[in-house]
Amino acid sequence: MNRRRNPYRNLDWTLIGCWLALVLFGWINIFSVLHGENHNIFDFSQKYGMHFVWICISLVTAVLIIRVIPAAFWQGISWIAYAGVILLLLATLALGVSSHGSQAWISIGSFRLQPAEFSKITTSLALAALMSKYGFTLKSMPNILKVAGLLLLPMALILLEKETGSVLVYVGFLVVLFREGMSGWILAIGFLIVLEFILTIITSPYIAMVVGLAIFLLVFFFKKEEYILGGLVTVLTCVALAFLPKVLEIESVAAVNPLPAHAWLAIVASAVSVFFILRLIIRYPRKTFERNAFIVLLCGILFVLSVQFFYNKVLQDHQRNRIDVFLGLVDDPKGVGYNLHQSMVAIGSGGFAGKGFMKGTQTSLGYVPEQETDFIFCTIGEEWGYLGALFILALYMAIIFRIIIMADKAKDSFTRIFGYCVAMCIAVHVVINIGMTIGLMPVIGIPLPFLSYGGSALLAFTVMLAIFIKLEFDDRKI
Amino acid sequence: MSRRNKILLVLFVIFAVMAVRLFSIQIIQKKYRESADNNALKYVTIYPARGRILDRYGNTIVENKITYDIMVTPRQVEEFDTLAICRIFGLDQDFVREKFDYYKANSRKIGFGSMPFLKQVSSEQFNAYAERAFLFPGFDAIARTARVYPVNAGGNLIGYVSEVDRDYIEKHPDYRSGDYAGKTGLERAYESRLSGEKGYTVYYRDANGRIKGHYEDGAADKDAVAGSDITTTIDAQLQAYGETLMRNKVGSVVAIEPSTGEILTLISSPGIDVSQLAEINKYYKEISENPYNPMFNRTVQSAQPPGSVFKLVNGLIGLQEGVLHRETRYPCARGYTNGKVHVGCHGHASPINLPQSIAMSCNAYYCYVLRTILDNKKYANIEESFNKWREYVTSFGFGQKLGSDVPYELGGNVPTVNTYNKLHGKGRWKSLSIISLSIGQGELGCTPLHLANFCATIANRGWFYTPHMIKGDEEHPLDSAYTVKNYPMVEEKYFPLIVEGMNMSVYGDGGTSHVAQVPGVNMCGKTGTAQNPHGDDHSVFICFAPKDNPKIAVAAYIENGGFGATWAAPIASLIVEKYLNGEIADSRKELETRVKNGYLLNKVPVRKRKR
Repeated sequence: MNRRRNPYRNLDWTLIGCWLALVLFGWINIFSVLHGENHNIFDFSQKYGMHFVWICISLVTAVLIIRVIPAAFWQGISWIAYAGVILLLLATLALGVSSHGSQAWISIGSFRLQPAEFSKITTSLALAALMSKYGFTLKSMPNILKVAGLLLLPMALILLEKETGSVLVYVGFLVVLFREGMSGWILAIGFLIVLEFILTIITSPYIAMVVGLAIFLLVFFFKKEEYILGGLVTVLTCVALAFLPKVLEIESVAAVNPLPAHAWLAIVASAVSVFFILRLIIRYPRKTFERNAFIVLLCGILFVLSVQFFYNKVLQDHQRNRIDVFLGLVDDPKGVGYNLHQSMVAIGSGGFAGKGFMKGTQTSLGYVPEQETDFIFCTIGEEWGYLGALFILALYMAIIFRIIIMADKAKDSFTRIFGYCVAMCIAVHVVINIGMTIGLMPVIGIPLPFLSYGGSALLAFTVMLAIFIKLEFDDRKI
Repeated sequence: MSRRNKILLVLFVIFAVMAVRLFSIQIIQKKYRESADNNALKYVTIYPARGRILDRYGNTIVENKITYDIMVTPRQVEEFDTLAICRIFGLDQDFVREKFDYYKANSRKIGFGSMPFLKQVSSEQFNAYAERAFLFPGFDAIARTARVYPVNAGGNLIGYVSEVDRDYIEKHPDYRSGDYAGKTGLERAYESRLSGEKGYTVYYRDANGRIKGHYEDGAADKDAVAGSDITTTIDAQLQAYGETLMRNKVGSVVAIEPSTGEILTLISSPGIDVSQLAEINKYYKEISENPYNPMFNRTVQSAQPPGSVFKLVNGLIGLQEGVLHRETRYPCARGYTNGKVHVGCHGHASPINLPQSIAMSCNAYYCYVLRTILDNKKYANIEESFNKWREYVTSFGFGQKLGSDVPYELGGNVPTVNTYNKLHGKGRWKSLSIISLSIGQGELGCTPLHLANFCATIANRGWFYTPHMIKGDEEHPLDSAYTVKNYPMVEEKYFPLIVEGMNMSVYGDGGTSHVAQVPGVNMCGKTGTAQNPHGDDHSVFICFAPKDNPKIAVAAYIENGGFGATWAAPIASLIVEKYLNGEIADSRKELETRVKNGYLLNKVPVRKRKR
């Protein structure tokens, strides 16, 4: 073959190969779950037959994107597409079909579509278009507001559709913003928020505040390179706050029952830590860092107080249940915990090499729910064992790392930002989904990219990946 | 470190955590694999045979025959000849089609499980199937037992056995769907002894749900323990004879051995025919739509006014209270009249003493008796005297559950002071207002079991054992409730007077119970004619025999049968005759034929029953 006549030789065949492997592996696993007495994988009256149709549709779409549609098209259409999907989300809210307690499907004839899946593409495109403008920097407030609005609008609409899982995916975009210059503090604070949330629910708001304060003090003093003083103040404050409620007989927040002899310790500790904290307050607001730190501290206290309200009043029963089961507050193998238990039994029983294709008892006997969609990883874990599960993890890691590395190298910032968006979307889906099936994450119904049954998700992820392959391919030709 | 590398590092750590977690649950921890094994083991239940029910002489009332349930494992069914299946089991093709449509629709739920295809198949059909079983892969037969009834001992006495429903399982956690349990009668009362213990065989199956073998070579299996037989106090022949007498009549007959409290017969008519009992589900609709309500066990559930039989209670109370003596005489001018109150009576000699009053069943006499009891000066007011009267009445067991082992026993009703305070207003009623109690009318409700027990109390001259249907043995001694004598508040010395009256009723001049004379038996009886607002009077009779050392006490309650002497007395006396003499004397054959052919159903008002 003449190399010069095949310009697509330089396409990223690694990504394409990983895609193909995941998609085909997903398809045979869906077949394994659902086959029953039927042994014709091309039976189009069955879900696995339909899934093959979706694979073909995705493949044709990918070929179109790579070979027909020019790369510049995507940057040009990004805002229109973004607006279009926002309209679709609004339409879904108005006309959508309810399924599993959420209202996220739109029906066109017998064809059902999940706009939330496509909002990831358009949001990525719009984000890339916005941030790749010449001279764009995340340091200016109008820009920050623009980015925030761009992300929050689809998030709000999806939240209204009660698709909590799809909203979580947007967390991935924070990483993109971090890559593009957002302060790492925001990610750190994000992490703190989750930590405080969990602590508030599984222990008490008071303990959450004490832990928060301890972290704050440590970070604050360490940043000022006062390591010894920082450690001392932190320890003393913790001791004081742990024992004081009991000494002062405030039973409602008392977490630790001190011995009577600890009273003097509590008093000394509080005196010393109050001394140092007062010294800090006297220095306040000379530097931006300190001012911001105190704002964060105040917000943290407000946050912890509002978490209880949010958890008790705002969250819906099934969501609260999922959080409770995940945090181990409720042991409920027949209810919400049933999914998780059966899922882990299925994966755990796979052992090292698995039970073999179509031999998984747990998944094919119907013990695991939603096994062809959200719990497809169970079938892989059971029938292909640790090897199969590692293979899938490796494929995902390959795709994600490769996209990130190639995006980082791209000369065009649109390509780079879009690439990061694609990688993070896939990464968040994989981590949440697999994490859920092995009990590391709460049970949140989002699909496993390229593997789960479901046309919308497969098509959406394929389109995303194909656009990136095309953008990156053209980028290298510049 | 560049931001790209920071991101990659964090992602790598997260993926590593997942890989370690997978390693932990897939390779290190064993509990998940064990759980999966549990999913893969199959328990096949072995159903025990139910215990037999025997009568007092060891004759079988209920036994078992083997039937088969045909099960289907839909996933293992291959193409088969539907017509052949239909021919073997006598089904139509639509039945088979519907079944398989159902399996298909629920295939996810059924999985590799088995579903009942046809229940209680006879052994003939099973044999026909077994010869050709190889033609029907996926079909399977489990042996079960079904009940057989060699004598017609009445469906309400025996009770029926049927598959437990969800309600039953909730109340009895030991039962599983597909189990059978006694729902009424003896089957219910002694379910725990009759049912035995289920066993199971454990198999393991491969991914396709196919049985691969016997798990641990049978070490994990449990044998079924057959239910134990129970010996009842019932006389099966007498029970069956009573059923023929009660044919086409609505009412009850209860016979008790006075010296033990053992129930000899317990007939509720119309009852569930024993031919329908084994397949109760098949006939359930027909039975429940029968206007005479065969499901209703009248012997313990039908509380009705006892009529003149109750005069004996008032007589006993009067004697104990000292306001009545053998020679106390009251006049009767075809009834009792006081102001506006008039209680009618039939024509008979007057004045009469106590035994005569029983023999002739004089209404006026007992109006006087009740008034002397209630207007006794030793009580401050009517409420106090009435409460005392009520205490006497309930001491005979009336107005409360006797505590027999007949399921669903009702307590009946004896009015209270409150009843009349509500009816007439507090302080606005007196003995005359409630005069109908004297002759067993008014607000009284007694079940036939109450009456039979009362009759046994008189036969015993003042005490009774709580009636029961079960015989004690070494393994299961009688419940202490059935071995303790109960003494009503009337002393034993007063009973012979009542017995004398009952004997006179059968043999004396003007006695109302002459029809109950049985050759060779010294009979004591008392008729009753209970008025009721729903048609003809109810015919009531209690009797016991022989007069000395009584062997049997009977109460018969025939709804809308007219005078006590018309139907109840002949039926009760025939029961006594059959029991004591073994056969009916030629002189009474005519009476027996009249009773057997008697058709009273058209006299019984049929109300549309509410669902």
